[in-house]
Amino acid sequence: MSYHPNDVSHRASVARLLLTVGFVALASAFFRAQVLRNKEYLAQAEQNRFREVPLAAPRGIIYDRNGRIIAENLPGYAVSLLSPSADSLRTAMRRLSNIIPITDDQVEAAVRRWRKNPTRPAVILPDAPFDVVAVLEERRVENPSLIIQSTPKRYYPDGPAVASFVGYTGEVTERELADSTHADYKPGQQIGKGGLERSYEAQLRGVEGVRYVEVDARGRVVRDAGARAERAPQAAKPLRTNIDMDLQQFVVSLLGDSLRAGVVAIDPNDGAVLALHSAPTFDPNRFVGGIPADYWRELNTDARRPLYNKVIQGRYPPASTWKLATSAMAMEAGLVQLDDHMSQPCTGGYRYGRYFRCWNKKGHGDINLRQAIEQSCDVYFYQVGLKLGLSRIVAGGLKLKMRERSGVDLPNETQPQFPPDAQNYFNERYGARGWVPGSVSLNLSIGQGENAQTLINMARFYTALATDGKAARPEIVTRNPERVQIMNLTDVQMNGLRLAMAGVVSSRGTANSARVEGITVAGKTGTAQNPPNLDHAWFMGFAPAEKPRIVVGVFVEYGEHGYVAARIATKVMARYLKGATAPVVTTE
Amino acid sequence: MTKGIPDLPLVMIAFALSVFGIAMVYSAGQTDTVTFVAHLWKTQSVWFIIAVCAAYAASRASVRLLDWLTPFVYVLTIFMLILTLAIGGGAGTAASSKSWLVIGGMRIGQPAELAKLTVVLMLARVLANRREPPESLLELWHPALVVGIPWVLIMLQPDLGTGIVFIGIFFAMLFWSGVNWRLLLLIASPAISLVLAFSTRLWGAWFLLLLGLVWLYRPYLIEGIVLVCINVVTGVVAPILWEKLAPYQQKRLLVFLDPSIDAKASGYHVIQSQVAIGSGGWFGKGFTLGTQKRLNFVPEQQTDFIFAVVGEELGFIGVTLALTLFLALFLRAIRISSRANDPYASLIAFGLLASWLVHVIENVGMTLNLMPITGIPLPFFSYGGSFMLASWLSVGVLMRISREGRGRGDLASI
Repeated sequence: MSYHPNDVSHRASVARLLLTVGFVALASAFFRAQVLRNKEYLAQAEQNRFREVPLAAPRGIIYDRNGRIIAENLPGYAVSLLSPSADSLRTAMRRLSNIIPITDDQVEAAVRRWRKNPTRPAVILPDAPFDVVAVLEERRVENPSLIIQSTPKRYYPDGPAVASFVGYTGEVTERELADSTHADYKPGQQIGKGGLERSYEAQLRGVEGVRYVEVDARGRVVRDAGARAERAPQAAKPLRTNIDMDLQQFVVSLLGDSLRAGVVAIDPNDGAVLALHSAPTFDPNRFVGGIPADYWRELNTDARRPLYNKVIQGRYPPASTWKLATSAMAMEAGLVQLDDHMSQPCTGGYRYGRYFRCWNKKGHGDINLRQAIEQSCDVYFYQVGLKLGLSRIVAGGLKLKMRERSGVDLPNETQPQFPPDAQNYFNERYGARGWVPGSVSLNLSIGQGENAQTLINMARFYTALATDGKAARPEIVTRNPERVQIMNLTDVQMNGLRLAMAGVVSSRGTANSARVEGITVAGKTGTAQNPPNLDHAWFMGFAPAEKPRIVVGVFVEYGEHGYVAARIATKVMARYLKGATAPVVTTE
Repeated sequence: MTKGIPDLPLVMIAFALSVFGIAMVYSAGQTDTVTFVAHLWKTQSVWFIIAVCAAYAASRASVRLLDWLTPFVYVLTIFMLILTLAIGGGAGTAASSKSWLVIGGMRIGQPAELAKLTVVLMLARVLANRREPPESLLELWHPALVVGIPWVLIMLQPDLGTGIVFIGIFFAMLFWSGVNWRLLLLIASPAISLVLAFSTRLWGAWFLLLLGLVWLYRPYLIEGIVLVCINVVTGVVAPILWEKLAPYQQKRLLVFLDPSIDAKASGYHVIQSQVAIGSGGWFGKGFTLGTQKRLNFVPEQQTDFIFAVVGEELGFIGVTLALTLFLALFLRAIRISSRANDPYASLIAFGLLASWLVHVIENVGMTLNLMPITGIPLPFFSYGGSFMLASWLSVGVLMRISREGRGRGDLASI
């Protein structure tokens, strides 16, 4: 080698220069990463080691009109597992199944939750009983990926008594998550599944909080509390309803478990729903946190259909309760007034093409409209129907909103059935030559035929009868009371109608046996033919007749006669108007 | 000769680096889930003491003795490398390779570590015996053979990281022996072609430069033509062939070249290492307090990725301190090298420096994803007994060379 000092010193200089340049370059790479991009990397490091554990917000408490609790939250426990993969989640759960009961279904449910959001702890037991939690806490060290946290659990103190309107909550399903309206939901969260819980979900939900646990590279929890500032959940504001729990409980006790019936009570002046119950009922508390399979099967195979809401979902021919609609149309059209008689007195039937029966074979004789309402004379109303004619009946029914939902603030309300027009609908249904407008009019005028109403929609109609012709939208929670003029009758006419209905619940009327002492009840019975089975019983009414404060609609499946429903309705009215202390004395 | 510790600054720097390194090995053991790493700092300290003693012993051996020993040690090294290939075994992440000499189930050591030293010695001997530095490619056959034999044996283990170190030593020592930079560039050209092959434009520019170099180098026309051909192969044909390989085949080839990398996981490891370093900021998260390390996100935190722990816990300040210490060590080695009293000693000093340098650049660069991932340790820092010993033996040899070295004026008389 050339080892001349000049050469060596030259090469040494070159080497020093290269070395220094290289190290400065290296240092600047570190400067870039550590100083310039520090925030970015710091965020990544934080993301690495923290796992979000959602803190469920307590749902809004639901109160009745007097501040009594309808739905509240109890402390519960949710158990979750942090897991890097579905397989390790399965393995971990299998290991846990040696110390606590875990079914295969629960394993699969947890794996589904994990797949939806792998960075969140997968909930394995949404509602763990205390003894299970105690066992797990004891063995915590062996299962470092386990997260146990208290979580509010929905509870309905009156359980079955409020099931018909309050609904229940449950874990958000995959189908719900796929829906864009649930874009801000995450798997594992609770959501209102029915009734008020669903209608007012946005208001009841609250804001989920978050807690952080520190995990290592293998997803084991190394620090639980205080790893990073947590965001406390925000409880939702309470929801005040118009329900009167005392009345609701009374309704439930009247119906018991044997009847298949629906009852709704509304304040006609603002539409406030005071009570709403469908029997038989179910226990919404058992639905919270997952419906047990056997209970679900039991409810679904029950012939009395407890999950079918007879107030807002059941559709039945309104029968004689409809006669008030026919009367109102005829009076508004100026065709018939309360004192008018029909050309043919009732002899137990009416011949129009074929023979149309009156419910009373003996006949009602020559009576006026008031008496026809009191005694529910079919023959009288057949003739009113003919006078009105089909187009006016259909138009009148549409004006009375008999083809529209009542608008009650509950999900899944059924739309009533009513002809949308007087011509095409029937042509399509029976063929152009297959029907006679007169016969159709006869049937429609007594609430039979192509007409099926929900109890709640009939109740809305009766709020108009109870007041000045304005129908109040039923509201369980007061939004902005909405009353729509559906009848244009004079005060005299309205009062006359109410008097006639008061006659129904008198010694002269069909609900004679449903009278209660001290209260004038106005209403109308209905007996919906239901061949080959027993007839359904209706009663729609209000009290006190002079200045109504409550409209009650009762529907009893297979109730056979309207007075069965009437007896329930008048007791409900008495309870509401006279309170729990006053004995309800009926004249049965 | 002076009394006392020869070249105190060198020893102080190496001492500082070692203490720094043991502290980092200790910190690497401080994880939330305690593993075997927690106790390694004690073992490393014992090795450190042994290594310092060995360095002192080495500093007592004269350079002449080394010169005399070199051929025997070289042959012994070759023999051990062959033996390793025959009966060797793997360890750790490179379990499938044969880098450890295993006898009767006992892992004796990694002959490749020894080879780094002996190749420096042998190469120094070969290059020092020439009056003039090699001027053509053909003249390089002898030094190339000295490095080439152990290199091939090591690449057969296979161990890409150590192979790279050998190439680094080779070039650095050729440079120090006075080989023209144009010739060095020509030797390196196939590798440069391979690196630049990803971009047609860059490679094109490089190729024009190469043609210019060959023109300057025209006395050796045939060699020039051969070089151009090789460059075409590495720069054009190789990438095309590479593209034709299925991803799993590419991966398999990479893993074949260096089994210590798991092609699937290595990307994740580098990212975690970068996150650890980047999240350190100016001052770091505090000694032993790095979250990436504590929670086991940093892979191999006590060996290959120990510098990520430095970056995370001590921040840019700590990184700068470590790099400055290394730079000081290297500048000191250059000083020793340029003051050595004969070419042989001078080349040894420079070769040892080159060996360290390649380790540092490759290892530190790897933690920031500036260099490919190879299982190559950081001198004085990474946990490992034989490497600590080898590093301090180098220090010992440098101490000796420094003691024998003289002022610039004396050199001129040779």
